[in-house]
Amino acid sequence: MNRRRRRPLASVLLHAGLVTASIVALFPIVWILLSSFKPGYAVQSTELALVEDPTLANYRFVLAETQFPRWFLNSVIVAGATMAIGVFVSATTGYALSRFNFPGRRQLMLLFLVTQMFPVAILIVPMYTILARLGLIDTLAALVIAYLTVAVPFCAWMLRGYFDSIPRSLDEAAALDGCGPFATFWRVVLPLARPGIAVTAFFTFLTAWGEVAYATAFLQTGRNFTLAYGLQQFVPQFNPQWEYLTAAAVLVTIPSGIVFFFAQRHLVSGLTAGGTKG
Amino acid sequence: MTEPAARATPAPGGHRGPGRLRRSWDRHWYAWAMVLPVVAVLAVLIFYPLGRGIWLSVTDLTEANQQAKICTRSLVGGVTCRDNPDRWEYVGLGNYRRVLTGEVGRFWLWTTNTVIWTSASVLFHYTIGLGLATMLNRQVRGRGLYRVLLILPWAVPAFVSAFAWKFLFNERLGLFNSVLSAAGLGPVDWFADRWTSLLTAILTNIWLGVPFMMVALLGGMQSISPELYEAAEIDGASPWQRFQNVTLPGLRPVSLTVVLLGTIWTFNMFPVIFLVTEGQPAGRTEILVTGAYRAAFEGIRNYSLAATYGVLILSLLLVFSFYYRRALRRYGEVW
Repeated sequence: MNRRRRRPLASVLLHAGLVTASIVALFPIVWILLSSFKPGYAVQSTELALVEDPTLANYRFVLAETQFPRWFLNSVIVAGATMAIGVFVSATTGYALSRFNFPGRRQLMLLFLVTQMFPVAILIVPMYTILARLGLIDTLAALVIAYLTVAVPFCAWMLRGYFDSIPRSLDEAAALDGCGPFATFWRVVLPLARPGIAVTAFFTFLTAWGEVAYATAFLQTGRNFTLAYGLQQFVPQFNPQWEYLTAAAVLVTIPSGIVFFFAQRHLVSGLTAGGTKG
Repeated sequence: MTEPAARATPAPGGHRGPGRLRRSWDRHWYAWAMVLPVVAVLAVLIFYPLGRGIWLSVTDLTEANQQAKICTRSLVGGVTCRDNPDRWEYVGLGNYRRVLTGEVGRFWLWTTNTVIWTSASVLFHYTIGLGLATMLNRQVRGRGLYRVLLILPWAVPAFVSAFAWKFLFNERLGLFNSVLSAAGLGPVDWFADRWTSLLTAILTNIWLGVPFMMVALLGGMQSISPELYEAAEIDGASPWQRFQNVTLPGLRPVSLTVVLLGTIWTFNMFPVIFLVTEGQPAGRTEILVTGAYRAAFEGIRNYSLAATYGVLILSLLLVFSFYYRRALRRYGEVW
């Protein structure tokens, strides 16, 4: 849209609105970042100060005195595996939903919606039983499987919307050139769906990176904790160690920030929520 | 190949079924192959647990009575087992009765909280998201930067955001109370009152959820054909009229979907209430999922109670989605 004749007042209001919103979006993050450089007594004090005796002691404690590096590695493994498998599975499913009018297609779409409604409380115990039978309790694989069940239905459905926006004539051309359905998908459609894939990757990564309930239920030994679970140890009921918590929070946010950085260009065009008809 | 044969003898009904099945298989096998992994995993890890959950909800299974047999080791090393007399068993709708009458937990208080929490969150997610998307959809200097900054809360894991906001609202050392004290308004004990406590959680959740709505709506806006806007402008439509008559109808499919999804997600949103209000004061700000979690998993784990709550929550959402879809069918299919 071209707004050539916007009045200066409107322009000022527009920027004022966006700046205000950006500040609201940023300030909790910035405040945590600032607090993470404060020594414990300053974090615990009621005085209002932006920076006071900046120090890296909180980071040093978190990185050296706890199992944080180990948990971090676990989280990277879990989130990375969830992302890789999740993207692949969502893409094939989304493609099938988009291109083939197979019997069961509508039911599958509805089923995806219904899975979004299942509260963790109902699934967690039977899921535990199954994973225990498979010998997967206290392993990272259990978490990857659990997170896939959370992320894939939405991602497959979202990717279907994106594939719908890629002209079918490309598929037909590829078929004429002798590509089978799998080759068409892999060589023609998938490369064009990069924005959709980027959103899926972002979404699956975040799902796995920040989840607490399943991690709490399925992990038992300290070595296997993910960050989300391990961090709870900084928040004992009565005396939360806020200074360490802030440093840990910053460290946790960095990887998701990196994934976000790579995905953000594609987020708007890639997230096709209901853009086309089912 | 039986297919040509089946076609050659167009005969007794019995042959047609398998023939059709075969043709259907030949035509659709790759589609099925592509969705099979998802269906298999969902069947094993979602639908089997669901079925089992429904069954558990009519039993009295807890951590304490799950053993079928009680085994005792005698002094000489032999093991004798006998049936557990208190073994878990079918109890009919007893769990539901206990939950709905308030004998265990506070179902109706939690449901009220859940409704307030969900509707307030989704309402503000949508309106704020729509407002920001409209602004970002304009030709404005620094649009890319604004967009990144506004989506940033999405990149922060929910549990980190929850900690961050709990820190900001902390009675003693939180930023908000420091500012209020400095302004002479005195510290507010946010978590001592049901409504201020709920407010902290809702504010946190609004902050968390706006980026998703904004991104989805912005994507929807950008797929509206610019010609519609030009036509409206030629007809002399004011910006407000263009928004009302072009943008909003163009966004309808996206809006219907994100509001439905947002409602479902918020309804089941666990970490914010769990970590920010922790149910304070005295469990009066629990929503259904967190209340159920605490009722069922603190102390002796009560698996049947957890399942009962799960079934109730799922039923509420199913009923909601059913009416939502029916009410909105005339605007086109949602899912």
